[in-house]
Amino acid sequence: MTTTSTAPLGDITGSEAALRGFLAGLPGVDQVGAEARAAMLASRSVKTSAKSYAVDLAISMIDLTTLEGADTAGKVRALAAKALRPDPSDPGCPSVAAVCVYPDLAGTARAALGNSTGHSRVQVASVATAFPSGRASLETKLRDTAEAVAAGADEIDMVIDRGAFLSGHEGRVLDEIVAVKQACRGPGAGRGGEVHLKVILETGELGTYDNVRRASWLAMLAGADFIKTSTGKVQPAATLPVTLVMLEAVRDFRAATGRQVGVKAAGGIRASKDAVRYLVMVNEVTGGDWLDPRWFRFGASGLLNDLLLQRQKLATGHYSGPDHVTLD
Amino acid sequence: MTADRPGDRLTVRKTFKLYIGGAFPRSESGRSFVVRDAEGRFWANAAQASRKDARDAVVAARTAQPGWAARAPYLRGQVLYRVAEVLEGRKAQFAAEVGRGEGLAAPRAEEVVDAAIDRWVWYAGWADKVGQVLGGANPVAGPYFNLSTPEPTGVVAVVAPQESSLLGLVSVVAPVVATGNTVVVIASERVPLPAVTLAEVLATSDVPGGVVNLLTGRVAEIAPWLASHLDVDALDLTGAGGADSDEPTGQLAGELEAAAAENLKRVRRPPVVPEDWTADPGMDRLRWTLEIKTVWHPVGV
Repeated sequence: MTTTSTAPLGDITGSEAALRGFLAGLPGVDQVGAEARAAMLASRSVKTSAKSYAVDLAISMIDLTTLEGADTAGKVRALAAKALRPDPSDPGCPSVAAVCVYPDLAGTARAALGNSTGHSRVQVASVATAFPSGRASLETKLRDTAEAVAAGADEIDMVIDRGAFLSGHEGRVLDEIVAVKQACRGPGAGRGGEVHLKVILETGELGTYDNVRRASWLAMLAGADFIKTSTGKVQPAATLPVTLVMLEAVRDFRAATGRQVGVKAAGGIRASKDAVRYLVMVNEVTGGDWLDPRWFRFGASGLLNDLLLQRQKLATGHYSGPDHVTLD
Repeated sequence: MTADRPGDRLTVRKTFKLYIGGAFPRSESGRSFVVRDAEGRFWANAAQASRKDARDAVVAARTAQPGWAARAPYLRGQVLYRVAEVLEGRKAQFAAEVGRGEGLAAPRAEEVVDAAIDRWVWYAGWADKVGQVLGGANPVAGPYFNLSTPEPTGVVAVVAPQESSLLGLVSVVAPVVATGNTVVVIASERVPLPAVTLAEVLATSDVPGGVVNLLTGRVAEIAPWLASHLDVDALDLTGAGGADSDEPTGQLAGELEAAAAENLKRVRRPPVVPEDWTADPGMDRLRWTLEIKTVWHPVGV
C-alpha cells in the first residue's frame, strides 16, 4: 500500500518547478507487486447472487461507446435505444451509465436519450480535444470542448498531451486540463450544473506505472472529475495493474484532499468475467465508495452483450447465444 | 536412479484430454474419471468435462462455423481426405485401442478401423457432391430461375454411440462436418479413448480448430447443457438413449429433446433398433443437418 505525503497541495500547482518536484516525489510503483496483486485479485471466484449483483452493477457502469470514423446518426440512435433498455425482454435490466460518442454526434445522442433529469438519466459523454491523439492547438481543443458542451454533452472525455507529459512539460499538461475544465463550465453547461470532465491518460503510451501514477495525480490536481485509462485506439488499453495504480491514486488523493475522483477503465474489456475482476479490484483497493456508476465506469461496446448473455443465463438457467442480443 | 537392465524404462503415460477449439485442455473442473477396458480392468484416467467445457466448446464451434462453411466444398473434401490419410498412418494404435476398449480380437479390431477410415473417405467424397444431389434448379411455371441450395445448419451437438467407439463416432461426426457444420461431440462414455486419439488426428491434419470439438465425460451431465444451449442449432441423440446407449428406457433422450425445443433445434432421435455401423450409411446423416435455401430470380429478357 502506498502512502503519499499529505503536505498542503494548494501550492503545488502554483509553479511548474513545484509541480515537477511533487510528481517526482511520488513513491515509485512496485511493478512486480502491482501485477501480482492484480493477478491475485483476478483469481477470486464470484458466483450466484453475488455474480448477479456484479453483472447488474457492471451494466449500470458502462459508457456504451462508438468512436468510429463510420459512425452515423442512425447508429448513435440505435446505441441510445440500447443504452436505455439493454435487454428489451427484461424490464428489470438496468440502463447503462452513458453513451460515449464523437462531439458532432453528441446532439444526436442527447435527443435520442431524451431530456429527462434525475438519477436514472443516461448521460451523454463526448470525447473532445482532438481525440484520440490530442495533437492540436489549445484553441482548437477548447473550441472542440465548447461545441460538445453546447450540443448537450454531460461529460467530456479529454485526452492529455502525452508528448508534453513524456518530455517533462507537466505544467503545460496541467494548464491544458485546467483550461478544458474551464470550458466545461461555459455557456450551455447550465443544464443540471457542471459538465463532468474525464481525463484520458492513454496509459498504453505512458510506458511505466510510475508515469501512470504521476499522470493520475497531475490530472486530479488540475481538477479532473474522472481519470480514464485509454482511448481504446492504442494497445495495450485498460489492464488490471494499470487500473490498480489509478485506483490507488484516487484513494490517496481523497485521503489527502477530501475530494473524490472517479476512474474509468476503457478499451479491451470484452468479457463479463473481466468486468467482475475490475469490480473486485475496485472494492479491494478503494472500498465500496467507488462501487457506483458515479465513481467507476467501463468504456466498452462489446462488453454489454456479454453481460446480457450472462444475465440471461442467470435468469433462465440455460446458456444463451449471440442470436439473442443485438448486432452493434 | 539408473535402469538396471537395458529396456527398463520409466513408463511414459498419456494424459487423455479434451479437444476444444484446436487445443487440448484438461477439464475446467479439474476432474477426471476412470476408464476401464472391456474386461473391467483399469485402463486410464480421462478428463471429465463439465458444463463450462461444453459452453467453451460451443463458443469455439460457433467461432469456427462461418469460416468452415465458407470454404469451397471441394477444399472441405480435401481437408477431410487428409484426415483419412493421417488415420491410415495410425491404424495400429487405433486397432489396439478399439480392441482393448470394445473387447475385440486383433483381426476384428483392424477390420473395424479399416471400416472407419473408409467411412471417413466416403463422407469426404460427399463434401462437393451434396449440393448437386440435394439442390439444383427447380422447374417452375413462370419466367423465373428457381434454385435450391443446401446450407449447413450451424453448430451441431452430437452424443456419439456408446458401443462403437470409433466406427460409430466417425459415422456420426464426418457427415455433419463434411457439409460445413461444426460439431461438439460427447464421446462414448465407456470407451472414450479412441475418440481422444481421433482428436489428435484432427489436430494434426488440416481441419481448422473449433470445427470438431470433443468432450469426454458423463453424457447425463453434459448433454442437458448442450440440449438447452440457445447457440446450438441441432442435436444428435444417437448415443443418448435407445438401442445404442446404456440407457435403453429413453428417458434421458426424451428430456434432452424437450430441452432442445426451447430454440427449435433440429433433433435426431436415438435409433429404435441398434444401428449396423458397417452397413452402407446412405445419405441420411448428410441430409439432416442441411437447410435447403430456395431463391427465385427473374429470367432476364
